[in-house]
Amino acid sequence: MLQIKNLTVSIHGKPIIKGLNLEVKEGEVHAIMGPNGSGKSTLASVIAGREVFDVDQGEISYMGKNIFDMPAETRAREGLFLGFQYPVEIPGVSIANFMRTAINEKRKYLGLDPMTGAEFLRLMEEKKKMVEIHSKLTNRSVNEGFSGGEKKKNEIFQMAMLEPRLAILDETDSGLDIDALKVVANGVNKLRKKDNATIVITHYQRLLDYIVPDFVHVLLDGRIIKSGNKELAMELEEKGYDWIKKETANDAV
Amino acid sequence: MSDKNDHILEEVSNAEYKYGFYTDIEMDQAPPGLTEDTIRFISAKKNEPDFMLAFRLKAFRHWKTLKEPDWAHVEYPPINYQDLIYYSAPRKRPKYDSLDEVDPELLETFEKLGIPLDEQKMLAGVAVDAVMDSVSVGSTFKKTLAEHGVIFCSFSEALQKYPDLIKKYMGSVVPYTDNFFAALNSAVFSDGSFAYIPKGVRCPLELSTYFRINAANTGQFERTLIVAEEGSYVSYMEGCTAPIRDENQLHAAIVEIIAHKDAEVKYATVQNWWPGDKEGKGGVYNFVTKRGICKGENAKISWTQVETGSAITWKYPSLILQGDNSVGEFYSVAVTNNKQQADTGTKMIHLGKNTRSTIISKGISGGQSNNSYRGLVKTSRKAENARNFSQCDSLLLGDQCGAHTFPYIDVGNRSSIVEHEATTSKISEDQLFYCLQRGIDMEGAIGLIVNGYAKDVLSKLPMEFAVEAQKLLSISLEGSVG
Repeated sequence: MLQIKNLTVSIHGKPIIKGLNLEVKEGEVHAIMGPNGSGKSTLASVIAGREVFDVDQGEISYMGKNIFDMPAETRAREGLFLGFQYPVEIPGVSIANFMRTAINEKRKYLGLDPMTGAEFLRLMEEKKKMVEIHSKLTNRSVNEGFSGGEKKKNEIFQMAMLEPRLAILDETDSGLDIDALKVVANGVNKLRKKDNATIVITHYQRLLDYIVPDFVHVLLDGRIIKSGNKELAMELEEKGYDWIKKETANDAV
Repeated sequence: MSDKNDHILEEVSNAEYKYGFYTDIEMDQAPPGLTEDTIRFISAKKNEPDFMLAFRLKAFRHWKTLKEPDWAHVEYPPINYQDLIYYSAPRKRPKYDSLDEVDPELLETFEKLGIPLDEQKMLAGVAVDAVMDSVSVGSTFKKTLAEHGVIFCSFSEALQKYPDLIKKYMGSVVPYTDNFFAALNSAVFSDGSFAYIPKGVRCPLELSTYFRINAANTGQFERTLIVAEEGSYVSYMEGCTAPIRDENQLHAAIVEIIAHKDAEVKYATVQNWWPGDKEGKGGVYNFVTKRGICKGENAKISWTQVETGSAITWKYPSLILQGDNSVGEFYSVAVTNNKQQADTGTKMIHLGKNTRSTIISKGISGGQSNNSYRGLVKTSRKAENARNFSQCDSLLLGDQCGAHTFPYIDVGNRSSIVEHEATTSKISEDQLFYCLQRGIDMEGAIGLIVNGYAKDVLSKLPMEFAVEAQKLLSISLEGSVG
């Protein structure tokens, strides 16, 4: 589904990602962990198509296509979803209106008729239940005046609505209390299917108690320096990033 | 996207010339220039009563003593008033026999706006078939209105049928001495509309669709007069979301509204005159004087405007709150793109006790345009407990456009409360990327964000127009973010 080969990315001449390799297959959940400034969010942004970064080297293929041939909106319509770390406010635009526009743009791209109002409302009710969000939330303007938890739940709700093939959740757990964290994790788990995949970017092991990843990767200074299964995350939590720095340094010797 | 948009606009602009309005349109027009003879010619052509000619001549003599105002935050080359043609009879023959002859790009723009087929024909100047023509639609409206005693007709017709009403009210809110363009309009106005709602009548129809169908060719010096008698109500919609290309560059209209005791008038307008090419050449100059008066107690008038067109807009729909407890409202969205210039706002003159006014203005600028809000809130010495709340927001879509706010506040007594809030914001990369990531393209994203921003005003429009106005905002701003 997603293949990243030798990716090198910089911003204003400053290298951030320095030769990264990653493969994500259908049905898999990958967790990417790493300290601040290791390049986690940059990786998510580059996959999603944010243009402020310079891709200096490497390839990303998504669903067999060169991802750099597609503008951000096309990637989204092809089923790529980014759950934002800092969801932005769009005053005056209700979530319902926002989602309806997004879904119909996608349907147009796929050659389908737009969803009728009734169909849309039904879908929205169904997904609201699924991700356990307050029903009045969708009448409010996108993220305007939302609490941190509401913003993140809204991201999961949008993910449920858009049914992505590949979802990248960029620190969706940051700033959440334990209840909100459970809601977010439940949503992700319910949406997990055989033919879709999820990349969970996180700081802490905590989220991985609820979303069980198939693979855990440690990102440090723009490279994935260690990959493993869930045990790796627990070890990391216990021993800290310094441990892994030392360990990889030893490996190099 | 911007190329495509330009292309559409270009096509729209060329449409009239391409299909030759010089050749097959009957022009019954006055020679260029403006003298007392021109005015006598116009008045005679329209078979007007004597008082009307006298009014026009007085206005003309006064106009000659005035200088064109230069205080607005707009720039344009001097207008030679002796080059203009001041009378041109309306077209009698349709330009085309079917929609197939009309420029497909123009039709595409109509499609985008969701304008019904029959109205598309009207707007494009196509002959309308007998079954669904505007005359029959119009006469149904007229019948319903007549049953309620509501008068709604062209200004010329009103001059013939209801000269006393015209004589009583015309110029009572905007006197010909008011300003340069008002004096010019009073001297040479071509036609317009007259609406009269009798005492206690709630006008059964939104005076909108009818007007739009009939107003495609009202000419450059329009005059509108609306009179709402005691306890009556009317909602009036003027203008058109379709881009109107007009050979007249200067438009100087007057709108006067009189609301008597307990009457309510809602006036909404969508203005989309041709804004000119990307360099701003050839666009319409829209210099309008609109004013209403709440004459009696508890009267209420609201202005709602969506301004997207014209090369230059100079327009301040204002209200005089004379009756005690009367209420004035002004809701405005003004969009400028490319090299458009808009200087628009309102004046709220509080004269009566406990009068209240609300101003919500949303300016949106893209390209290299300039968008100014200019407003006056004045409370007189006698306007005890008068209240005003003003909110003026500006949204910038690029870094080459300008937004300006010129609020004037003049409080004449100690019990008045006047509040003014203003914000300026810029559409952010983060907002745009958020939309793109959900599969909404750049054009759609700007449309969505701008419509959200203008929601407070759009929600005041009659339903059918709100939908069209939303689309219009998106279309007007295509290619506005660099």
